[in-house]
Amino acid sequence: MTEQIRKPADYKSAIKPIWCPGCGDYGVLSAITKAFAKLRLEPENTAVVSGIGCAARIPAYINAYGFHGLHGRALPIATGLKLARPDLTVLAMGGDGDMYSIGGNHFMHACRRNVDITLLVMDNRIYGMTKGQPSPTTEPDFPTHLYPDGTHLQPLNALAIALVAGANFVARTFSGDPNGLAEDIAMAINHPGFSVIEILSPCVTFRPEQRDWKHQVQRNVLTPAASVAEALQVVTTGPELATGVIWKGDRPPYEGPGEKAGIALDRLLEGFAA
Amino acid sequence: MSQTSLNSVSFAISGSGGAGVMTAGEILLMAAAKAGYYGLQTRSVGPQIRGGEAASLMRLATFPVHVHADAFHILFAVDWLNFDRFSGEIDLAEGAIVITGKDSGELPEKVAQTASDVIRLPLHDLLKETKGRVNMLAAGIIGRLTGLPEDALADAIARRFASKGNALVEISTATMRTGYAQGEKLLNHEQRLAPPEPRNGERWIINGNEAAGLGALTAGVKFAAAYPITPATEILEWLSPALTGAGGMLIQAEDELASINMIIGASFGGAPALTATSGPGLALMAEGLGLAAAAEIPVTVIDVQRGGPSTGIPTKSEQTDLDIALCGMHGEAPHLVLAATSVADCIRTTAWAVHLSERLQAPAIMLSDQMMGQMKTIMPRPDLPDLKAERETVASCGEEDYARYALTNSGVSPMALPGTPGCMYTADGLEHDERAIPSTRVEDHAAQLKKRWRKLADFDYGNAWADISGEGPLAVITWGSTAGAVEEASREAEEAGIRVRTIVLRLLSPPQKAKLEAALEGVETLLILENSFSGQFARYLRSFFTLPENVRTFHHPGPRPVTAREVLEAIREAAS
Repeated sequence: MTEQIRKPADYKSAIKPIWCPGCGDYGVLSAITKAFAKLRLEPENTAVVSGIGCAARIPAYINAYGFHGLHGRALPIATGLKLARPDLTVLAMGGDGDMYSIGGNHFMHACRRNVDITLLVMDNRIYGMTKGQPSPTTEPDFPTHLYPDGTHLQPLNALAIALVAGANFVARTFSGDPNGLAEDIAMAINHPGFSVIEILSPCVTFRPEQRDWKHQVQRNVLTPAASVAEALQVVTTGPELATGVIWKGDRPPYEGPGEKAGIALDRLLEGFAA
Repeated sequence: MSQTSLNSVSFAISGSGGAGVMTAGEILLMAAAKAGYYGLQTRSVGPQIRGGEAASLMRLATFPVHVHADAFHILFAVDWLNFDRFSGEIDLAEGAIVITGKDSGELPEKVAQTASDVIRLPLHDLLKETKGRVNMLAAGIIGRLTGLPEDALADAIARRFASKGNALVEISTATMRTGYAQGEKLLNHEQRLAPPEPRNGERWIINGNEAAGLGALTAGVKFAAAYPITPATEILEWLSPALTGAGGMLIQAEDELASINMIIGASFGGAPALTATSGPGLALMAEGLGLAAAAEIPVTVIDVQRGGPSTGIPTKSEQTDLDIALCGMHGEAPHLVLAATSVADCIRTTAWAVHLSERLQAPAIMLSDQMMGQMKTIMPRPDLPDLKAERETVASCGEEDYARYALTNSGVSPMALPGTPGCMYTADGLEHDERAIPSTRVEDHAAQLKKRWRKLADFDYGNAWADISGEGPLAVITWGSTAGAVEEASREAEEAGIRVRTIVLRLLSPPQKAKLEAALEGVETLLILENSFSGQFARYLRSFFTLPENVRTFHHPGPRPVTAREVLEAIREAAS
């Protein structure tokens, strides 16, 4: 097959998003298609896997193989797919509730397992689809119907977890900067192993004050740290609305138990001989 | 104290942790197979992970056996510490002998009351010369009393300990010979097996978990993901190197939610995929199974049932996951439920589950249980089934949009695997239209529900849906490992002049209504047998089938399996 020149529009499906006007996720969708075009990915050899939530609707809007599965379970589906089909480029995506709450255990173990998957987490610090409940990243004093006086809970620092659990590429980006985001997504796809990109993606309906992120975010001020310890310093003590690549590791990606672990069927059958 | 030979001998070897009673049982089973006998071995253990008390429960016979007999002829108790933990599973037969140490202390009341003879041996003294272990002494004594050739025992020891070095083989063999000689002095207590039929062809020793793994492998499973759980773990341990050897892999997932979703992902990519678990794991997988039903992704789940609910009795058997396997999913999610009928059948039924799941693009649950899963059985080397994973796929798509969920005649829609140009679609757990686009329309929901239902309901499953034998107005129906007791009891009933029709269901869902009702034609009394407290199988039969007017049920919960004697009594009562 001759290589086609592809444009971002080639990666958009005909389905119209269900998102609210002004939702940050439009920027993310646009950035994904730009990144795919930049890498000239073949749509048939690319798979985007998601769970449930506003952000998790993205696969249907992309011209590639997609899987819109269960709330919290995008990463196990992506892991099974990538291990069984290492020839595919596999991305997983979802929101902060999907990935850090109901899918928290899978998030931690996906970082540790380091399969060559790129994860995009659209963080808006709220549950949008169920209309405004607190998420693991919601600020402790933010009032909701469930907790009118706030949760009084410390927000989860998911990037710190990603770093200590072994993610091989960690970045924080902003949906309001689709070009910069596209660059980071392309970089993450090209980086071997498990990549985590946390995307500040405003929920204009339930967190209208996040519209101001476009003035507050310090764009592309972070650079890859020299060690996990330094990277941890950045995500624990640095400004939380600063973006850029935080960590690029060199752990080899996990591809399965390896041929040496195999035993041929004939030998296994001999084991049954009485 | 039979001086005549027996066609079936049962014995138990019990002891506290480290006594090696399981190894003694394995040696005896291997020696019996070598000599041409059939047999089986199960273990009964307490809740300890390692150590603690254990009993090796054995049956050797001149004919193939699938269940324990009702009572034991020999009990070899190294000591009596915590014996009460499994005394409920060890009833002594009339004339049974008990062999124990000279200073092992007082016999438990139940044993003392039922034992015909108690032989107290100076176990420590007998071990002085060889410095061996008491389990090999037990193997020698029991081997002699049951009439196994000494050479077959020596051969079994050499094979069992081959990887552990010559020194151990020599000490163990010498200790076994000490026991064998000691047995010689006890021949007035012998429980001798009749000479075996000449052995034709190769024999295997295999348990149901290994057999299920083998069935999965021969059907072409390439990807497995699972979380360790008793009593299913042996499936994973056998499958892991086997899958790697076959160009696939097994992944230990972080939990059962990950297991089921990983195999859904792998299967979406085209790899026939499977997981194995037990009740608690199956409960966690229920949501994923619903996704597989909705998105029409083939996956197979092996459930090795254990005592429930909750953590229940992880090391013991029960047939109580039937309800959740049949009806445990939310919404209406048609899926396949199959049940293996014996250790050997675990190979075929697992392969069939994988085959059907792939053919029909639906999740399949294959029910096994702790008893058959962990029972080591001597059987003729089986022919491997010719049931393969064959999925209908599309090679390429044209200009028109690919309809992943097209409403075809069979209800099965050809699947595009990632990598196929032009067919890109998004698999979805949301209700969707034919082109996989999410839809809340009345018409789409009705059409897709119907499609998913009829692709299973209208498929021709052939003759393997049940094993049927015998004739007459009395029929016995069961499923799973209880089939072993039913088979044995029906044979004895026939010998006693009671005609019995036996039906063992292998395909539980979709229910084969017309076929079962035809099989029940002319039946006046139906006896339903199962290993559950509440009678789940009886409820299932009553819900889906028109049954004969006179229905009897017999069921009790685990950890005691339904025995052939219980079945025979129930048959006699139903026939009278």
